[in-house]
Amino acid sequence: MITLTIDGRAITVQPGTTVLEAALAHGIDIPRLCYHPDLKPSGGCRLCSVEVKGRPNVLASCGLACEPGLEVTTHSEQLTALRRDLLDLFLSDHPLRCVTCDKAGACDLQKYAYQFGLSESTFPGPVSRTLYQDDNPFFIRDHQYCILCGKCARVCDEIVGVNAIEYVGRGFESHIATPFDGPMINSSCVFCGNCVQLCPTAALLPVSRLRQGREWELRRVRTVCGYCGVGCKLEYALKGGKILYAQGYPGAPVNGEFLCTKGRFGWDFATHSDRLTTPLVRRDYAAAHGLAGPEAGAVGDFVPVSWEAALDLVADRLAGTVQAAGPDAVAGLASARCTNEENYLFQKFMRATLGTNNVDHCARLCHASSVTGLGIAFGSGAMTNPIQDIRHADCIFITGSNTAESHPVISYEVIRAARAGANLLIIDPRRIPLTDHATLWLQPKPGADQYVFMAMAHVIINEGLADKAFIEARTEGYADFAQSVAALTPEVAALQSGVKAEDIVRAARMYALGQRAYGRSIYDGRGHSTLLYAMGITQRRNGTELVLTLANLALLTGQVGKPSTGINPLRGQSNVQGACDVGALPNVLPGYQPVTDDARRKAVAEKWGVADLPARPGLTVTEMMPAILDGRVHALYVMGENPMLSDPNLEHVEAALKALDFLVVQDIFLSETAQRAHVVLPAAAWLEKDGTKTNTERRVQLIHPVLSAPGEAKPDWWIVQEIARRVEARLAEGRKARDESPSASARRPWSFTSTAQIADELADVTPSYRGIRHHRLTEAGLFWPCPAEDHPGTPILHREKFTRGLGRFSAVQAQGPVEPPDAEYPFILSTGRVLYQYHTGTMTRRSGPLAWRTPHGWAELNRKDAERIGVADGGEVIIRSRRGAVRTEARLGERVPPGVVFLAFHWSEAPANRLTQDAALDPVAKIPEFKVSAVQVEAVNGKG
Amino acid sequence: MQPSDLQTITHKEQAARAKYRARLLCCGSTACLSSGAAEVRDSLNRTVKLHQLGGEVQVMTSGCLGPCSRGPLVRLQEPGQPDVTYEAVNADLARRIIEEQLIPDLGEPAEPETGPHDLPHLRASLRKARAPRDLQDHMLPADNPFFARQMKVVLALEGQIDPERIEDYIAHGGYGALARVLAMMTPEQVIDEITRSGLRGRGGAGFPTGVKWKSVRGAPGDRKYVIANGDEGDPGAYMDRTVMEDLAHQVLEGMAIAAYAVGAQSGYVYVRGEYPLAVKRLEKAIRAAYRQGLLGENIFGAGFSFDVDIRIGAGAFVCGEETALMASVEGRRGMPRMRPPYPAQSGLWGQPTLINNVETFANIAPILNRGADWYAGIGTEKSKGTKIFALAGKLNNTGLIEVPMGITLREIVYDIGGGIPGGKAFKAAQTGGPSGGCIPAEHLDTPVDYESLKTLGAIMGSGGLIIIDEDSSMPDVARFFMEFCADESCGKCAPCRVGTTQMHRLLQKVLAGHGTPADLTKLERLGQHVKQASLCGLGQSAPNPVLSTLRYFRHEYETLVAGQTQAEGKA
Repeated sequence: MITLTIDGRAITVQPGTTVLEAALAHGIDIPRLCYHPDLKPSGGCRLCSVEVKGRPNVLASCGLACEPGLEVTTHSEQLTALRRDLLDLFLSDHPLRCVTCDKAGACDLQKYAYQFGLSESTFPGPVSRTLYQDDNPFFIRDHQYCILCGKCARVCDEIVGVNAIEYVGRGFESHIATPFDGPMINSSCVFCGNCVQLCPTAALLPVSRLRQGREWELRRVRTVCGYCGVGCKLEYALKGGKILYAQGYPGAPVNGEFLCTKGRFGWDFATHSDRLTTPLVRRDYAAAHGLAGPEAGAVGDFVPVSWEAALDLVADRLAGTVQAAGPDAVAGLASARCTNEENYLFQKFMRATLGTNNVDHCARLCHASSVTGLGIAFGSGAMTNPIQDIRHADCIFITGSNTAESHPVISYEVIRAARAGANLLIIDPRRIPLTDHATLWLQPKPGADQYVFMAMAHVIINEGLADKAFIEARTEGYADFAQSVAALTPEVAALQSGVKAEDIVRAARMYALGQRAYGRSIYDGRGHSTLLYAMGITQRRNGTELVLTLANLALLTGQVGKPSTGINPLRGQSNVQGACDVGALPNVLPGYQPVTDDARRKAVAEKWGVADLPARPGLTVTEMMPAILDGRVHALYVMGENPMLSDPNLEHVEAALKALDFLVVQDIFLSETAQRAHVVLPAAAWLEKDGTKTNTERRVQLIHPVLSAPGEAKPDWWIVQEIARRVEARLAEGRKARDESPSASARRPWSFTSTAQIADELADVTPSYRGIRHHRLTEAGLFWPCPAEDHPGTPILHREKFTRGLGRFSAVQAQGPVEPPDAEYPFILSTGRVLYQYHTGTMTRRSGPLAWRTPHGWAELNRKDAERIGVADGGEVIIRSRRGAVRTEARLGERVPPGVVFLAFHWSEAPANRLTQDAALDPVAKIPEFKVSAVQVEAVNGKG
Repeated sequence: MQPSDLQTITHKEQAARAKYRARLLCCGSTACLSSGAAEVRDSLNRTVKLHQLGGEVQVMTSGCLGPCSRGPLVRLQEPGQPDVTYEAVNADLARRIIEEQLIPDLGEPAEPETGPHDLPHLRASLRKARAPRDLQDHMLPADNPFFARQMKVVLALEGQIDPERIEDYIAHGGYGALARVLAMMTPEQVIDEITRSGLRGRGGAGFPTGVKWKSVRGAPGDRKYVIANGDEGDPGAYMDRTVMEDLAHQVLEGMAIAAYAVGAQSGYVYVRGEYPLAVKRLEKAIRAAYRQGLLGENIFGAGFSFDVDIRIGAGAFVCGEETALMASVEGRRGMPRMRPPYPAQSGLWGQPTLINNVETFANIAPILNRGADWYAGIGTEKSKGTKIFALAGKLNNTGLIEVPMGITLREIVYDIGGGIPGGKAFKAAQTGGPSGGCIPAEHLDTPVDYESLKTLGAIMGSGGLIIIDEDSSMPDVARFFMEFCADESCGKCAPCRVGTTQMHRLLQKVLAGHGTPADLTKLERLGQHVKQASLCGLGQSAPNPVLSTLRYFRHEYETLVAGQTQAEGKA
């Protein structure tokens, strides 16, 4: 610790603290315009200059390190005169239009002008910049207000890592610009808007807020973003019930102040005219059930009906199916976008009311193999470490995750670490954006990465880089595992994967030892390596074994159970972690308690007030479709999912949905799946709901309603409860009619009046959530496992011991893809996501700015292949697999290697999943191999 | 290469040289080339060929010969004779120098006998007497004060060697210092020698070189860098250009010794993009040094390896500032950052980095060749050695000069510079370019050293020296430099970006006769604040020309302002 004197006060701080930080931490305010705690000090505004005893010149306190005995004066007559002159200079180059300025009230320059009593500049003359750029629907750039603090360019460089903007020009003409001052869209800009966030003046403003209201008129509501699983917190500024803009806020627990483009700009879908506002019944179905609704308000083939009528119809049909064909004739899809409470109620309804375990959700299609694989290896299938741990890692190993596009805010942590000297190791067949920051990028052939991972293990063992003490004390099964990689030399892996053997050796050393590129580790001993992965690993026919292969590497090197280490599956949807945790899976009850475990099942049954619960695991998403076609499932209840785009082999899905006797879908839009429903129920969107969600790092956070739901749309928990209440009544009646013994007396009634009540029952039933009581949830949320009310939560898993006791090595055999390319289908199709779209695009394609940036889909093709096929950049191609064909635009480049085509699955007009296969599933996780399918690619209309 | 190979090359070169009875050096620096030196050289070569003198007269491109404004320059060297420099030579004069001075058969009277008492300058005057009248007018004898009052330490080899031939440099002792250092000295001993020599940074600030080297050596880091700053940008200054063009090997040798001393493995020479000839010669020199094994792996078999590459600036004045320069080397926009950390701790790519001016590096080999004590014997108590200046402005002799520290301004102006043309009165000397200040006539006897100039509100700077005569308006001089700084501000910090522009606007207002006394006060206050608060040296020194002219020539400002006050009174 260091002690110095600031304004006569003795202040003690950590070494490395700047004088500005020390002063601010001790309540001494120093004026500043270019400082931001997350950015490197720039020293551009000079307002924070202070006097230091013994130094002839004033010094910028933002860049001045605290030293023992330093005597600092932050306020003096001389400093005030200097700051006044500096502000005078700023004002001389900044039009004073505060009366009409959108930033007034939130402008830092205005704040200081007020503080120093400067109503105008004493320097006459024109301002330097007049450029006004409104070349995109995200934000405008009004250069006359720019004070060149450079925070925008620095956040773009240091946090986002895309360097879309920089200072250009010199002297008074300097300004912040894209390369050659071109439109934003021609730059590397990712429209995250973090520049807008940090802009102290009106130089950067969201388009949505222009001339819509003064800052002091706005109401602000904070909630958790409803897109990906990162769980960023953000603040919406509203006027008259309308969102004007969204922004991050300092100190948000996951994301600090930073957001991505979807979070910041993708909220306008909520008020899109396509929103469902009344319950709908398919016209023919309504007629058949005597529900001739009015034509006014009809949507396509659907007519509006009252909630009462719709809920009764759904209850009749679901109860009728159970009574006619048994509980397992009904299946339900819960939703990774709904809250914990809603998913909890949904699976409870399926299990306790209907009596079936046929409940699953789209986690099946993303991280089912993480849940199974990490369950086997460690005992819990979730990220082992918190997101902000990445920042301090010495080596970051990313594989099968396009982090910058799918989890942008996590990529910011990666960029920060890399900029501080961490090694970034990427193993990915595709040249994803983060490879620009990688120390080492290995590019295996799609489907051949497992050879590389196993050869890394081989090298680690052979070179003595393993953590023997850790293996000895904390693991089991090492010998068999070591045997399994003994023959997998880097040379063998090189042959299989196309990666150079020496690169595999380098990668192995880098990861095992946690080597840095430069700079000093904050950790003692062996450097800390963290491993991030996503669907490139899990969406494979042997996804579970691939996850085990990665877990083996962590166990081998002891890179787990410590800060900035671990195996971290990045979850895709805002509450996919929570939906799994609360039991929206066919084989487990809330808290991953197996349905086959009699004692645990009975305990849950007791809490729910039922005699027992079904003991046989139900159907997975991927098993439901064949079961429908087999006639085993007659009715399907879908809550906020869109299998008509997200599931593999869409022809097959469509046939299945058509074959259903009854399909009820509750959603916010008439999705591709809802269009095939008999009854559609209008749900509230995440911006309109309260409850809790669990992000990818296992942090349970509160969400708050920002808007009111449109029309008659209702929160999903309300809908589920209304259906459950009605179904229960009908089933009870049936039982009574059949004179069966009623067990309903003990049942808890379906009478929740708030999500808080549901959350508390959820905590009762779910061991890992037991301590996560609704009233305990504050800003930071709580990490599960949190087994008791006085437990602080568990940010890092497996610290002293693994959830299952010892970490378990698994001996696996490397496997290639199930459908390798051949003469007829010579290309490998890989699927995934793009930055501006989310999942099946129901929300993002209805967001003005996001849809503008990516209005339609495209396929990525290597230039060499394109030349051979005869397609130009922007030309059309038809991609065919054994299951179907899509037609889309070709974009050429080097992002995919020759022989590979990449297609995102967002686009209903060119649905990637028409091509993917559903035949070979991972035997444990039942996840399909989305990542590798064999296809043909053909140019439409030849060249041009 | 082994140290003994230097000897072999030297002998070979000397043997080759010995067969010539005369040597004609044709200046190949930028100034002379731009006034037609290439044609002069062609003419010299043609004439030699015509008279079949190829075996006895050598024509050679040389480095800068000094009085640049009088180019193209040709120097005639004959063994045992003082050198004679010809100014303003054209193709015809070049022919006549050979025909009339080097071919006795062409009717010149035989040289009178001279005894052992003969003095070189007497010989020169005899030669002058011998030459036809108009050739005489082009002669600058070696005893011309322009040459005689200089002291060549850094530039000693400038008129001696072909800048594009490494062998010539080696034959004049080149790379001998490196060889000795690697064979006989520890890095600490090298640093000690440099420290004892008293050498200070020639980029302008005058930081003790040995201290800087020591801190880079002591900084923890497994990779270290050496950078030669050749981003000279002051208007009218071209010391560094000349050093790089003429003595590229001397710079490289200095860098290699520095790298050995601080523990660096690689280095960069950062050259401004406007110096194509310097770039070309440096490239050639680096290639030659690699070929000879004087750069690269295991130099002189001593286990020391050093790589050098060139980085070319893109025309930003601020890139001469060390942190901006390093940003530029890293491929980023050349903008300064706050110090500390200093480059010695965290420089290029965060690694300890030694950054010195090219002239500083060019001092290293001479110091190690002749010893720290010899070097410390030159100059004043705190400013040792010599300094190169680019002499410009209202002087009879302008050009590149090297003088011992402590020489007075008066000697530079009136002896070396030959006084003010047209008998006008000296008004001020502007040192240090846009970062410097103006020194008035009453301080003409001030010794030129770091401290004395600073006391006067000027700076040593990198070596620009502009002489201003009575005809010039000092506020206008200040305005010129202010405009330069306002244009060259990188835009990062507010006092420099906006402050210099507002100062320039105030000066324009004053010069246009619209100023008030309050404007002068404002100018002074703003100047102080820009100086105090700016992020880097550019902004911190940008107000100097204004502040120093306000200090010494305030009456000129007041006159301009008074006109306005009177006009207001009349209105």
